[in-house]
Amino acid sequence: MGLDLRWPVGLLFTLLGALLVVNLWWGVVMMVFGLAMIGLARRG
Amino acid sequence: MHLTAIDWAIMAIYFVFVLGIGFALRRYMKTSGDFLLAGRSIPAWICGLAFLSANLGAQEVIGMAASGAKYGIATSHFYWIGAIPAMVFVGLFMMPFYYGSRARSVPEYLRLRFDEKTRGLNAISFAAMTVFSSGISMYAMAKLIVALGVLEGPFQALGWPASWMFHVSVLVSALIVLAYIFLGGLTSAIYNEVLQFFLIVAGFLPLVSLGLWNVGGWDGLVARLPSGYAHSWAGMGSPETNPMGVEWFGLAMGLGFVLSFGYWCTDFLVVQRAMAADSMGAARRTPIIAAVPKMLFPFLVILPGLIAISLPIDIAPGTTLEAPAAIEAPATSGGGASDSAPAGMARAGLAQATVAVGRGLIPAKIDEATGRPRLDRQGNPELDYDMAIPAMLAHYLPTGLLGLGLTALLASFMSGMAGNVTAFNTVWTFDIYQAYIRRRASDRHYLRMGQFATVFGIGLSIAAAYAATRFNNIMDMLQLVFAFVNAPLFATFLLGMFWKRATGHGAFTGLVSGTLAAALHHGLTLPRAAMVGIKGGWLGMWHEYPSEMAQNFWTAIYAWTVCFVVTILVSLATRPRPDEELVGLVYSLTDHRHEDTGPWYVRPAPLGALVLAFTLVLNIVFW
Repeated sequence: MGLDLRWPVGLLFTLLGALLVVNLWWGVVMMVFGLAMIGLARRG
Repeated sequence: MHLTAIDWAIMAIYFVFVLGIGFALRRYMKTSGDFLLAGRSIPAWICGLAFLSANLGAQEVIGMAASGAKYGIATSHFYWIGAIPAMVFVGLFMMPFYYGSRARSVPEYLRLRFDEKTRGLNAISFAAMTVFSSGISMYAMAKLIVALGVLEGPFQALGWPASWMFHVSVLVSALIVLAYIFLGGLTSAIYNEVLQFFLIVAGFLPLVSLGLWNVGGWDGLVARLPSGYAHSWAGMGSPETNPMGVEWFGLAMGLGFVLSFGYWCTDFLVVQRAMAADSMGAARRTPIIAAVPKMLFPFLVILPGLIAISLPIDIAPGTTLEAPAAIEAPATSGGGASDSAPAGMARAGLAQATVAVGRGLIPAKIDEATGRPRLDRQGNPELDYDMAIPAMLAHYLPTGLLGLGLTALLASFMSGMAGNVTAFNTVWTFDIYQAYIRRRASDRHYLRMGQFATVFGIGLSIAAAYAATRFNNIMDMLQLVFAFVNAPLFATFLLGMFWKRATGHGAFTGLVSGTLAAALHHGLTLPRAAMVGIKGGWLGMWHEYPSEMAQNFWTAIYAWTVCFVVTILVSLATRPRPDEELVGLVYSLTDHRHEDTGPWYVRPAPLGALVLAFTLVLNIVFW
């Protein structure tokens, strides 16, 4: 319905991951996941 | 629990995204179908994760960790036989009727298949149940926030009295849920449930990893647990030889068939997510996609409970464990005393005395009147298993990740609330308001009514949350009545979908008889060592069960059986509907050529078979 959910999920995880960067390592994992989601959304 | 700026920042960012999704979807809400049915436009992967997440409320996250601490790995039965088979069944065999009939809700399917009175009975009981459940979720969350002292810092800074914490927690959570549902309807709720799913995984995965590493991996954990805690089926031959106090038939039939199929196959709260899918194929794949993470969830929510109970009682955060601690008596009777409280628990805001008589990280329950630990009949402290997850968060997570874990916990409470509210506003609008109050109004009118129902649904939930603070026994009784109503439901749907001879009179009489049978069975039985009253025995003493869980399972079995038999007998004595009226509603009269084309991984049948095979493997591995 108009909004590709991968964008908000990707942006949220990238932002929270960057903020955390266990905080360092888990932040990196969250950023990678978030950027992968954004990549999928960009490729449609 | 002391939170710092980064913890609050994580929480704030998450809630901005939650509300942002509501705002982004607001302009798409043009019809009642957009608002209440998500326009049937959502892809299967989103519906699947929402199908799972709508069930990820407080009972799941807090309750399953508590059961893990209390019963061990046997808690996984609530997943591996108490959910997965039913999820595969609803995807393969029931979604074609729910989705294909174009019914807008489960009660509406009952009207199409049976008659108006059967729909009315289901719609009214379901609507009452959803606002009640939403209120209980709100109450539990506010109680937890107060118990953990999450708001202590801001309240001290603002100079507000601590007695306001409960009210602020209830109101803020209610307003957030109200805002994103009011703006974006069911689509917003579903999208946010997916966001909550990812957040819950992100918040709890590091917790489980650290805990397992701390106790020396799976082998180290098993070595620290009481015997029987690491097995799911061994000991199920008799209720006396397993921590749950149930036997295999009661477990398989009561939980694995009646209760789980009754919930996953007929509860509109979860079925609504699959009905929002963009095609029949997507609707059928939805529960099966949800079953994949569902079968792995025990490792995320049960393991923290097991780890919490396995740690030495006076362990300080950061302590590396060398050798397994002595294996103690079963945890259900409380543990030994110790002079020092774990620092993690003190950090979680729990009184030192509470922890000192607990077990592992699990504190004792405190008698509010005396301020001392509450004792059971044997004189042992009663353990507060619901504190397993909060205690683990406080013990292992440093500031930063603590904010993420706490946000995940709050997200789980909110997803439970939102799921109930969206199910309520749909059933209210289509099955109560449109059916009995105003039949022929414009679609715009029903859109407005759906939004209005969201507001008063939240209002009723708040009322239920406050009622729970004052009338605890009444709330327990209401929960019991709802259990009686739910127990026979699956028999009605099973006969309705797979036996064309079933009639409306049969279905209605069967449902009422099944509910009465559940009440009668409960009134004539009692769990061992329980007091007559809310636990049963209020009509007399016909049978004593070894545990409350065994009594619940058998209550469901009796209710289902009575409903099944009465529905058949009354149906045979009444006139069935002509076949042409039942096309698309009954298995034998429906074309089964669904969208079963394409590669195997998008076809429901092979996907379902694969999920069941993996579940079987998990049952064998943890036998």
